[in-house]
Amino acid sequence: MKKRKNFSDYVFDIVNTSLLIFISIVMLYPFWHELCLSLSSAAESTRGGIFIIPRQFTLEAYKLVIRSSFIWTSFYNSIYCAFLTTVIGVLFTSMLAYPLSKKELMGNRSISFVVVFCMIFNGGMIPTYLVVNNLGLVNSLWALILMAIVTPYNTIIMKNFFTSLPTEIEEAAFIDGAGPLRIFFTIVLPLSKAVLATIGLWLAVASWNNFMMPLIYLNDRELYTLPLYIRQVIDGQLLARTTGEGAQSAVESVIGATIIITIIPIICVYPYLQKYFVKGVMLGSVKG
Amino acid sequence: MEAVKQKNPSPKGTVMIQSESKWKKFAKNFPVHKYYYLLMIPGLLTLLLFRYAPMGGIIIAFKDFKIAEGIFGSPWAGLHWFKMLFSNSQFTRVLYNTIYISLSKLVFGFPMPIILAIMINEVKNVPLKRSIQSIVYLPHFISWVVIGGILFSMLSPTVGILSIFGFSKNPLLEPSNFRTLIVLSDIWKEAGWGTVVYLAAITGISEELYEAATIDGANRFQKIWYITLPSIASTIAVLLILRTGTLLTAGFDQLYVLQSPATMDVGDVLDTFVYRYGLAQGRFSFATAAGLFQSVVGLILVSISNMFARRMGQDGIL
Repeated sequence: MKKRKNFSDYVFDIVNTSLLIFISIVMLYPFWHELCLSLSSAAESTRGGIFIIPRQFTLEAYKLVIRSSFIWTSFYNSIYCAFLTTVIGVLFTSMLAYPLSKKELMGNRSISFVVVFCMIFNGGMIPTYLVVNNLGLVNSLWALILMAIVTPYNTIIMKNFFTSLPTEIEEAAFIDGAGPLRIFFTIVLPLSKAVLATIGLWLAVASWNNFMMPLIYLNDRELYTLPLYIRQVIDGQLLARTTGEGAQSAVESVIGATIIITIIPIICVYPYLQKYFVKGVMLGSVKG
Repeated sequence: MEAVKQKNPSPKGTVMIQSESKWKKFAKNFPVHKYYYLLMIPGLLTLLLFRYAPMGGIIIAFKDFKIAEGIFGSPWAGLHWFKMLFSNSQFTRVLYNTIYISLSKLVFGFPMPIILAIMINEVKNVPLKRSIQSIVYLPHFISWVVIGGILFSMLSPTVGILSIFGFSKNPLLEPSNFRTLIVLSDIWKEAGWGTVVYLAAITGISEELYEAATIDGANRFQKIWYITLPSIASTIAVLLILRTGTLLTAGFDQLYVLQSPATMDVGDVLDTFVYRYGLAQGRFSFATAAGLFQSVVGLILVSISNMFARRMGQDGIL
């Protein structure tokens, strides 16, 4: 396509691009601000204002933060939850979704309805808490894991993916004498890496960022996941500021360093996150 | 597609239409199909335990529930808790806050991804476009706890960027600004990610339409107005309809993280209300009644919005 560019086109492009760059700066600046705070000296970070670069560069805040054993405990708990949620979740969801993609299976529609109904109605916070309490899972990381692994939406997405797979290979394997389990684990799953990765990343990010569930179900500080830990640091530091106790201990830069440390894992996998999350939105919209 | 069709025949209906020959077929297939049922067990068990069992627990909204007496041992209370709920001035305010915040997010937040997607689509330089996309998607992946921490320190009158403008108080602690900041921060966090769906829809528009318009002498605004927007109109309509189904959810994480005693009057919403009364104060039955009200209204809204979406030839979530 050959485009004839005229004056108004140039003006449009310049204005549009500048606006978008401005928006990008607005999106990024808060993170940059936090990074600069965490790398500035206590005195400078408390002075505030706009940061172009860290002032009086120092790693003091990070040294202070990583010395606390609690951040490592929380880090470990978060990784533990995210890892198990992802692995078990992908396994259980695909195991539930695959049979639902088989039209000839009796009860298929009823079971699908059972899955979808959870999406539009739920028992609510308190009854759920009481059930988890009766199962003896309050104050256990397994509460977070078990409640997150199977979601109706993920199941539907996977089911639609399995339905779209060509059936010829499965049929050939069946004629060769392979049973459904063998077909599923050795043929279907390896063909479904894209959707497995997408659902896996959804589960991992949801688990990593989950705040409400740990808030409700965890009491022990030893079990805190990162979001709860951050919340506690922020509350604690704010309290210290109001009572004047924390005046000496770089309040702002400590909060900043804690926040940056917890964002780092997300940033590290961000290219994959972006790719597979966008793919997931497409899967969802194709299904409608 | 499948998901929609399944909704229509009720589970009961499905069982009823099973004729003799279907049972025979079932028996014939069972040696192979039993493995399919086997595969589903862990997933179904999880749903049963953590989704359906709590639905049964809703019963405590109609009982005077005491933990010691258990769900079945506690005496019935009829509609007592619902009467209390609606005569409770705090609850009416919480309901008002929820709808107010949720509607504001809808009115101001909904158009943003559309505008942003159109703007991004007009960038013809591919690396620049990719970079802008990567940047605007980023906040979506960061939790509200982290964003809350960043916001509090950025808006702090002593250490934040506002210090240079001479603010004397953190605007997040002032009731008059609180809801505006809730809506703005929500837009900041989610508008970029919201563009993904629209950008996908825009990609599907035929390039020939734009070429024809160029030959006819249309300028960029005219092309956006007469080609891009009408082409994504159905996507916009469906997303708008589906969004109205979530009118009673204002967002627990965001509100819980950003609210403070000073802003409770304007910032307390249904989710945080249920949490505070139920888990912090232990008034289980009262909080469950509030939660049930929210779930039922939510169910009705989602059903209606899905009906409309389907009438438009779209599939919705059901």
